[in-house]
Amino acid sequence: MSRSRNIWLVVIILLIAFSLWVDLSKNISIANPTNDKMLVNLDTDIRLGLDLRGGLQTLLQADVPNCGTVDPNELNVTRQILESRANALGVSEVTMQVAGNCRIVAQFPGINNPEQVVAALQQTGLLEFVDMGNNPVPEGTIIQTDYGQTSATKPTTTGATQSAAITPALTATTQPAATNTPVASTTPSATAPTTATQTTPATIYHTVITGAALDTVTVQTSSLGEYEIAFTLKSSGSQAFSDYTSSHVGQYLAIVLDKKAISVPRVNTAITSGQGVIQGSFTADSANALAVQLRYGSLPVPVKVVESQTVGPTLGAESVRKSLLAGAIGLSVVILFMGLYYRLPGIIADLALVTYALISLMLFKVIPVTLTLPGIAGFILSIGMAVDANVLIFERLKEELRSGRTLRQAIDLGWRRAWPSIRDSNSSTLITCLILYIFGNTFGASVVKGFSINLALGVVISLFTAIIVTRTYLHLVLDNLKLDEHPNWFGL
Amino acid sequence: MNIIKNRYLYFLISLLVIVPGIIFMAIHWINNPNEGPLALSIDFRGGSLLEVQFSGTLPSINDIQTVYNQYQSTTGQALSNAIIQPLGTDSYSITSKQIDDATKGKVVAAMQSKFGGTVTVLNFTSVSASVGAEVTTAAGWAILAAAIFIILYVWWAFRSVEHPVRYGTAAIIAMFHDIFVVLGVEAMLGYFLHWEADSLFLTALLTVIGFSVHDTIVVFDRIRENANIYRRVDYETMVNHSVVQTLDRSINTQLTVMFTLFALALFGGDTTRHFVIILLVGIFSGTYSSIFNASPILVVWQNREWRTWFRRKTEAQPRIAQ
Repeated sequence: MSRSRNIWLVVIILLIAFSLWVDLSKNISIANPTNDKMLVNLDTDIRLGLDLRGGLQTLLQADVPNCGTVDPNELNVTRQILESRANALGVSEVTMQVAGNCRIVAQFPGINNPEQVVAALQQTGLLEFVDMGNNPVPEGTIIQTDYGQTSATKPTTTGATQSAAITPALTATTQPAATNTPVASTTPSATAPTTATQTTPATIYHTVITGAALDTVTVQTSSLGEYEIAFTLKSSGSQAFSDYTSSHVGQYLAIVLDKKAISVPRVNTAITSGQGVIQGSFTADSANALAVQLRYGSLPVPVKVVESQTVGPTLGAESVRKSLLAGAIGLSVVILFMGLYYRLPGIIADLALVTYALISLMLFKVIPVTLTLPGIAGFILSIGMAVDANVLIFERLKEELRSGRTLRQAIDLGWRRAWPSIRDSNSSTLITCLILYIFGNTFGASVVKGFSINLALGVVISLFTAIIVTRTYLHLVLDNLKLDEHPNWFGL
Repeated sequence: MNIIKNRYLYFLISLLVIVPGIIFMAIHWINNPNEGPLALSIDFRGGSLLEVQFSGTLPSINDIQTVYNQYQSTTGQALSNAIIQPLGTDSYSITSKQIDDATKGKVVAAMQSKFGGTVTVLNFTSVSASVGAEVTTAAGWAILAAAIFIILYVWWAFRSVEHPVRYGTAAIIAMFHDIFVVLGVEAMLGYFLHWEADSLFLTALLTVIGFSVHDTIVVFDRIRENANIYRRVDYETMVNHSVVQTLDRSINTQLTVMFTLFALALFGGDTTRHFVIILLVGIFSGTYSSIFNASPILVVWQNREWRTWFRRKTEAQPRIAQ
């Protein structure tokens, strides 16, 4: 046995051991012996797509006449805002990806209120300037305000249970968010919350003006070279703002987006002219980010739902069970066929096929690849293609044996001669996978995308198992058994 | 075994599948001028598909239509002629014009109050018409792009043999053969069983393209190799020899893929059955075309048989070019 084959054998054994470890565990963590930190902490639970575990997938599209006019950066900001909005709804494991020029694919696994989630996504974000009194909340806190609320609002623990925030967020959509009548104008400054109410978690803060009153927002540098955000107000809001700031100098005014405090500046002077400046330790980026949020209320690009799919959990579970059964039956039949037709090499190819399945599952978990129904179909199809490379080699092997070569010569020649056809045929499959992937990615067609990833992965792994693994196994058997005396073991 | 000799018989067999397929596509196009040659699912033409399960008494199709009549599509149209089909013993599949999630919520609530029990949404898909139309166009481009890249790759891979462009072209003709077989069978299934082409169908079609070329290249690879070994043998004999040599491999690969696909078709559930059956048809066609179409086309081209009205040469002649 040659040196390189020994090395390959060790590599394969290590690979199988690692694959088995990953395949059989749901989480892998290795502690660092020198301190109490984790070196590796990998979630290796298999990821199921929405079609298999149930949930909602929506395709959101920029609500503009021409897709080409959408600025990619703005679309990305929109995605981030939508993502935090969805997280605020208490939905876990939300994924949002930009697809193509003007679309965003949003996935919500395992939710049972798709109507509410979709409504929340499409709402025009609500920006409010909220009176904090003397006790500001930290940035990022989810608060309740009196804007658009009736006095009968149930007290809720703020921020403790995020899902509880769904109700107020949704009721806001039924309100005319773009109303030009600031609620604040009817409320004299005397109703500002007293410090007593701050201690109870159910504080409902008073909204001074909404984002609808903002006219322009710009980022500038002060005379000291610090970044600051200058804004002007429309006449509808400037009076209320003037009244409030005049009587609340030294107190805090929170900027709240979709009920979440994004910045809590202090009122330094009364702003009576309708023009103000927000100062703080801003960097260029953080100033711009805040300006974008102020400017667009929330979404730089308005979006609408163009595609929506909800799968109930029962259908998904059923599909998983059936696909696994079909996969197991298909694999068994192929293993049986290879063993019966190609005898010894067939059985070795079967072992390589099992190796292939173990490595694939490991990679699906480590990368991680989200398994969808067409993805599983693509994987099962790639089993067929994995066998194909071995079939090509064994047919060659038999031909070389028939033409009178010794077994070892035949094995080497069989592999070398079969290689060009394996290379060219698999390259064409990979080209198809690439085009499918681009297509799926551009149009948010995750079905097509998942299929192409799994098929391409299958092709690449099958090349490794067919070329390296089968050959190593075959030589291993050859070294330990006197096969030259049994040509019928090779189906001759 | 002489496969190349009977090449026109095999071309005829291909036409016997493709021509009826084209006729069925034409029938569909004439009946549905807006839709084109195939019955398209909501993935391509826009609309909504709602699959609901009833735990109480199962309403009739008319009952469900009555519920739908109360609501409007996203474009404000009436939902008067929804396509309502039973799904198993306790569920319905309802295809209508596009409704949004809010309307779906109202529909399900109305069903629940009207028919009692729990109404479970198994699956809800809603696609706007503009997105659907765009995906259809893009699908066409994807297929064209795949064809161009593959012809370029084959041309490059066979650059060492004479007339490499012939191999690429023959592979593409075989590929379009498989595309037409799949489209034709889909058109027939659409006509008789009301199957609609959805995004999974597109995935299947693109897989067939990949597999078709995969198969053809394996046969061509043997021709490439033999062309250097049997320099004195005439082209037709050499091609036939190559096809026969790879026959075992073609059939065995075909069988292993068919085994897994049959397992998926029989046990894989309803969701992927359409997809799997199209794959079965396409992969069978892919193997057929690589053996019985692609290689014979090389011979037809080599002999320039169009000059003799596609008549076979009666006797073997020495190779023309060397």
